[in-house]
Amino acid sequence: MHATFKRSLAAIGLALGAYAALVPAAQAANEQFFPLATYRVGAYASSGIPVWAGMIDYLRYINEVEGGINGVKLVWQECETEWTAEKGIECYERFKNGLNGAPVAIYAPNGAPAAYALADKAEADRIPLITLGYGRTEATDGRVFPYNFPAMLTFYSEASAFINYVAEREGGLDKLKGKKIATVYHDSAYGRETQGPLALLAQKYGFENIQIAVADPGNEQAGQWRQVRQLKPDWVFLRTWGVSTPVAIKTAARFGYPVERIVGDIWASSNEDVLPAGEAGKGYLALTPYPGGADFDIHQRIRQYILDTGKSDLKDPKSFGSVYYNSGLVNAAIAVEAIRTGQKKFGNRPLNGEEGRWGLEHLDLGDARLKEIGFLGLMQPLKLSCSDHEGGGAAKVQQWDGQQWKLITDWVQADRATLRPLIDAKAAEYAKEKGVTARDCAAQ
Amino acid sequence: MNFFLETLVGGLLAGTLYSLVAIGFVLIYKASGVFNFAQGAMLLFAALTFVSLRERGLSFALALVLTVLVMIVGALLIERLVLRPLVNRSQITLFMATLGLSFIIEGLAQGLMGAQVRALDLGIEDVPLFVGDIMVSQFDLVAAGVSGLTVAVLALLFNKTRIGVALRAVADDTRAALSLGINLNRIWQIVWAVAGVVGLVAGLLWGARQGVQFSLSLVVLKALPVLIIGGFTSIGGAIVGGLIVGAAENLAEAYIGPLIGGGITPWFAYFLALIFLYIRPSGLFGDRIIERV
Repeated sequence: MHATFKRSLAAIGLALGAYAALVPAAQAANEQFFPLATYRVGAYASSGIPVWAGMIDYLRYINEVEGGINGVKLVWQECETEWTAEKGIECYERFKNGLNGAPVAIYAPNGAPAAYALADKAEADRIPLITLGYGRTEATDGRVFPYNFPAMLTFYSEASAFINYVAEREGGLDKLKGKKIATVYHDSAYGRETQGPLALLAQKYGFENIQIAVADPGNEQAGQWRQVRQLKPDWVFLRTWGVSTPVAIKTAARFGYPVERIVGDIWASSNEDVLPAGEAGKGYLALTPYPGGADFDIHQRIRQYILDTGKSDLKDPKSFGSVYYNSGLVNAAIAVEAIRTGQKKFGNRPLNGEEGRWGLEHLDLGDARLKEIGFLGLMQPLKLSCSDHEGGGAAKVQQWDGQQWKLITDWVQADRATLRPLIDAKAAEYAKEKGVTARDCAAQ
Repeated sequence: MNFFLETLVGGLLAGTLYSLVAIGFVLIYKASGVFNFAQGAMLLFAALTFVSLRERGLSFALALVLTVLVMIVGALLIERLVLRPLVNRSQITLFMATLGLSFIIEGLAQGLMGAQVRALDLGIEDVPLFVGDIMVSQFDLVAAGVSGLTVAVLALLFNKTRIGVALRAVADDTRAALSLGINLNRIWQIVWAVAGVVGLVAGLLWGARQGVQFSLSLVVLKALPVLIIGGFTSIGGAIVGGLIVGAAENLAEAYIGPLIGGGITPWFAYFLALIFLYIRPSGLFGDRIIERV
């Protein structure tokens, strides 16, 4: 009796064990994991929160309305990074092997420190990192960086798009000669990244290239703007981040520099950047690859199926359509479309990192597809390849009217051909330093 | 010459804002010998509370009064829950307690009132004014006036009232003050409440300039060199220290910055503080510690 009881217990235990082992696998068999490295607390939380809302709302929309990506349901989990490299690495290590059997196809580090820290790791783990609007510009060269994708708009392209916009305003590229263009930049790897391309473009077009550094956090900038006032530049390119942006706008007003001649970059182009500046921000210009506004087609769909049904991750409905919310939508859409592209080759199933990379390198979002998914106007056409991990290279210019952003241009294209030799040289330098053999893209 | 004068005047005016932040530290240091790491978090909490109340439609005056009350209640809670249980512990223990407190206050502030950036309009235009050829910021002038007024009120409080006398007694010799029947807990409550209110004034002025957001708590980083230069125990020292830091970092940014790539404002104040540490370790107006062997 006693032996029978023991055997029964063992059998039940085995059955439970088998069930526990099989059920998650069965659940995960058709699930794709989207790791979300977020920063909901800390100094940059105000920028991050609307981004995650945009991402989550889009993933939820794909699940609820489209039944996932070709039937593959999306699952996600958050990990708090506080925008720091060390926590960013911790989150990556936790997530890189997937969630309950659901694999990771694409990883977004969501923060420049983590992106730089993870660049080599991701190459070794064969997990593609997607860094929209940040990260290493030289990773555009996919031959050297197979798993890094600074997609859509690198800092080099951003600088070039800015110069092209200024040229448009001045009446042509030939009118740039003799102009003074100052860059007020966050004194960090991010801020210094445009020095190379701007020096090259200054040489090519003959404008005076003035560089003025603002040290972190940048909550006192009288010295810098006094210098601007003294040098009287025709245009200011504002490449700040966080609190240094509203402080720059307000200090510029204090020193009498016209706000309509200041063009903010991608990280100085959000509602959170201009709202604290109050009246001083009226007329401020900014470049963005994902403009603000809630009138794009995708917003109508998300409003109908997610926002109005109470399923949105947004705590503050006023942020619906904000620049950061829209950046979350665009980030998520690129990942979803890359997986969809990968599924065409590997079948309608969850993809791993290598397959995700294939999807990214064959991503081709033309206007027709952007219209279908509701992103026409919100996102530029994007075509990635083995040798070009950036694609696009364009930005729109928007102007703050005190209440909201108004788009004042269509896509302003960067002069990518001029900048490419700089990128190739930096990539080659990296390859030499790390002993990386560049891929042959013709063989891919 | 005009450029030099303009830079100097701008720096001195900006320095008054640094002084205001530093005074919050001095008050608590004088009463308890503790460097209150949570001063920045208190400043953020005060400004966030004020802005949140304004967002709910309260008038400026009512929001201000309610925020002052919140800061007083907060001070009472800190004294009762954090400081009193740690009485007679070492200064480093109290310092660590304020370090922990800063994270709790920052987390609470963001949890209760949200992490989004808020605009704060005090009705002071931040436009340039010209005195001859020298440009002066209207906002900085008003901020300097408010700082001066705050210091005058504090001077009255600590020099002309019984509370002030008791505080100075505690600051001079805690044991002697206790033996005379001065209630140390009450003094701590008052000092933390006053530091909270000073934090509110500083938070509003800084918040109006940069928006009310998490990074407000970082403005206290400016206070440390001010305190090293002026002395940890002197309100007058905090004022002079603030002016020196403000003027020096502005002049350095203008004249030395371009020679070494710019962006030297944040560290130049610490460089200056280091020099003062070599020459005058207790600061310009700080109490010299004499220990008998």
